Amino acid sequence: MSTLRFTEDHEWVRLDGDVVAIGITDYAQSQLGDVVYVELPEPGRRVEKGKEAAVVESAKAASEVYAPVSGEVIETNQAIVEEPARVNADPMGEGWFMKVRLADAAELEGLMDEAAYTSFVAGLG
Amino acid sequence: MPLSADPAPLRRTPLHAVHIARGARMVPFAGYEMPVQYAAGILAEHLHTRAQAGLFDVSHMGQATLRGADAARALEALVPGDLDGLGLGRTRYTLLLNETGGILDDLMATRTADGLSLVVNASRKEADFAHLRERLPRGIAVEPLIDWALLALQGPLAATVLARHAPGIDRLAFMAATEASVAGTRCWVTRSGYTGEDGFEISLAADAAPALAEALLAEPEVAPVGLGARDTLRLEAGLCLYGHDIDEGTTPVEAGLSWTIGKRRRSEGGFPGADAVLRQLSDGPRRKRVGIRPDGRAPAREGTDIVDDSGRSVGRVTSGGFGPTVGAPIAMGYVRAEQARQGEPLSLVVRGVARPARVAPLPFVPHRYHRA
Repeated sequence: MSTLRFTEDHEWVRLDGDVVAIGITDYAQSQLGDVVYVELPEPGRRVEKGKEAAVVESAKAASEVYAPVSGEVIETNQAIVEEPARVNADPMGEGWFMKVRLADAAELEGLMDEAAYTSFVAGLG
Repeated sequence: MPLSADPAPLRRTPLHAVHIARGARMVPFAGYEMPVQYAAGILAEHLHTRAQAGLFDVSHMGQATLRGADAARALEALVPGDLDGLGLGRTRYTLLLNETGGILDDLMATRTADGLSLVVNASRKEADFAHLRERLPRGIAVEPLIDWALLALQGPLAATVLARHAPGIDRLAFMAATEASVAGTRCWVTRSGYTGEDGFEISLAADAAPALAEALLAEPEVAPVGLGARDTLRLEAGLCLYGHDIDEGTTPVEAGLSWTIGKRRRSEGGFPGADAVLRQLSDGPRRKRVGIRPDGRAPAREGTDIVDDSGRSVGRVTSGGFGPTVGAPIAMGYVRAEQARQGEPLSLVVRGVARPARVAPLPFVPHRYHRA
């Protein structure tokens, strides 16, 4: 059973062992519109919780993707670099951004579970 | 998309309900609540316009009539275009200039039986009309069209579609205008646009606009298109956006708009900033607007610093993003004249990293205007 958590900045993080996959939510991709460019960190780089970890650009504008947790980037999804529209098509699946080896599991505790995130998005109107 | 942060209540165009019913995402723009995109999204709307026909609501733009026998000659005191030589029912793109040759606005002027009809930018319309009233002779009446709408139907199938509702309209020449009955409504139709494609702008009374929009949208070739795709379409076509690619600090010569300065006007002068503009025409400007193609995939947005191989700043991007038809990032910006040659290598500083790019010819996508 993997643990799925969400940030108020509309990133998702899925825990599997001590590795998390990170991406943006369906709400985020729908607000961005057509994704035309993704910039991912180099594997080996350390990302810090709440700091910029990637960039996603839509036809309209560029947005930062913040790391939901701290840790070392161990893998990035080159498929979304080659074909950014995958982020729109399957944000929670094929459209993942990166995998990070979690530095401190306690960082997950402050994040929302799916029910909390769903009601958070509903509250955005 | 450049969005205004105006706290004043937003105005609505006559097509507001049509946009909402079609699932538009509405944003503030130049004091209006405008559709930035519909459900299909910017990429699909852009590609649809290049393949078939897109319907745009541009009712936020300023429409006015200059009434008076000498309106065309009188307006020449404020613009560098040859308007006196404009035939009846012909349209010309021209520029309102300030005393130093800076661009106050760009506009379309059409010669009518009783003067000129003008279409100016939404963000500039109040300032433009005040400028015209202040500077034109008393005999020329500046009459903004209140309660009027403006629709643009753009794309390779626009003429076929519009001719179903206005037989014969497909024979209208590029940059010409005519009064026409479209689906039974009296309209003023111009063959022009802001996408690089063939197309029409249709001016009509506000109360008749929703029905005409629905009639056009009912055609299988037509999709509604928002401001997002309007911006990517005009950028690929190399067309300037006022307040971004041109403003009071840029001259027609720097902006690559010397072609708008009529031959007679070059010899006679007599427009604001003529000394400076004509000197730039003969000596060459110090900087020029150019097209830019990044080598990589990262779009360079407005404001991006342009540097040479030694890291020295040589200019700035004024419009930039992803070109859906080009399938790659594209930009326009100003660079020093020495760096304006096609193929000139430059770097664009995006998120602190200098990324290679080259000066590229404009437009990025060939214009496909109607040529009879």
